Amino acid sequence: MNTAQVFSIILTAILTENFVLCKFLGICPFLGVSKKVDTALGMSVAVIFVMLISTAVTYPINSLLNQYDLGYLQTIVCILVIAALVQLVEIVLKKYIKSLYNALGIYLPLITTNCAVLGVVLLNFDNSYSFGLSMVNSLGAGIGFLVAMLIFAGVRSRLETADIPEGLKGLPATLIAASLTSVSFLGFSGVVDGIFG
Amino acid sequence: MTEILFPILLVAGIGLVLGLGLAIASKVMAVPVDEKAEAITAVLPGANCGACGFSGCAGYAAALSSGKTDQTNLCAPGGTSAATEIAEILGTAPASVLPTTAVVMCMGNSANSHDKMTYKGVSSCRMATQLFGGAKECTYGCLGLGDCVDACEFDAIHICDGVARISTIACHSCKACVKACPKGLITMLPLNVTQAAVLCNNKEKGAAARKHCKAACIGCMKCVKACEHDAVKVENFLASVDPKKCIGCGKCHEVCPVGCIDLITPKG
Repeated sequence: MNTAQVFSIILTAILTENFVLCKFLGICPFLGVSKKVDTALGMSVAVIFVMLISTAVTYPINSLLNQYDLGYLQTIVCILVIAALVQLVEIVLKKYIKSLYNALGIYLPLITTNCAVLGVVLLNFDNSYSFGLSMVNSLGAGIGFLVAMLIFAGVRSRLETADIPEGLKGLPATLIAASLTSVSFLGFSGVVDGIFG
Repeated sequence: MTEILFPILLVAGIGLVLGLGLAIASKVMAVPVDEKAEAITAVLPGANCGACGFSGCAGYAAALSSGKTDQTNLCAPGGTSAATEIAEILGTAPASVLPTTAVVMCMGNSANSHDKMTYKGVSSCRMATQLFGGAKECTYGCLGLGDCVDACEFDAIHICDGVARISTIACHSCKACVKACPKGLITMLPLNVTQAAVLCNNKEKGAAARKHCKAACIGCMKCVKACEHDAVKVENFLASVDPKKCIGCGKCHEVCPVGCIDLITPKG
């Protein structure tokens, strides 16, 4: 685990393989809570938090499953564990860290089984990263989610005042804007390989 | 057989353990819910109008129960009945709510105040105000574009002949329209009390005011002289009535040459 590898993984997860804009995971919160910048920020911080915690917990479980040749169970076991874990974290936060609960509170249940969270966990297994690199990749994926959310919240605030044809108002225009944002991220392909390759 | 049975039992076991764990955790780490606040929330109307000055009914209930405020009579829509029930829950002396209603202080309908231009912009008083003070000749009066109508949660406001009018029966005194009016024309008046009210907000000199609206207050001071209780004042060429001193005798109403002082009794 050298520094170049860490940076390469983080930059890849943020730019070239952005979870929302390139892998199309976590589209639901991406469209649902990107109307305002502050809600987008709250949601993204909650996603980073949950991604890191679930990676830390599922990593040992997965190696245990592999030991008994039960690797094919990883998807369903991860769903179970992550869902229960997020609920548990919510209860613990409510009891002991009230300020963090108030900041993340309403977003935590929304991402109990968010596909971006499950996706990052499963992709870590597929790439057979070590524990440290798994955490790094999860952090990068979370930051990538935050970047996508913030950019798109900005785009949407511009859409509010734009002169849009009647038939495209609302969700159609939002989806077109999302696709254009996604296409623009294609421009990053090869950048990370160029730097570290 | 074990190849199938073992994974099934494993997943079922994990589910069982996690489910039990969550159930135990929610019992052990349960945060005590504020029972007083819950009870008060149930008593409040639930309109979340914000007339009390807190963020909705739950916010007011939490403030009452935690002692941030001891005023049990802040809920205007709930009225005295809600105030009494809140006082019962908190164990304090009941306070009554003075029933009020919102009134639009303007008579600049299409017959009294003409348009100086044709406004074709966004149908909103707030927007129109920014463009030469709105389409009407009088820049102080009601524009009739209905910002207050949109703000009203109770469908109590309608535009009649270019001026907003509020149904005193439907009004819940939430003051949403008071905040929405860019001209500051809406005030709260007590229900079932006969009082004089100056239905004008024009602060121009007499001649100019008269030119812009036939029903505008010209600041002639006749009402001030007629009042025996020192309740009427004229400032900036605009009469105003002190509701604490006014007894509703109607003498100012009789002498007003333009008829902008009215004797009104809002019925609830």
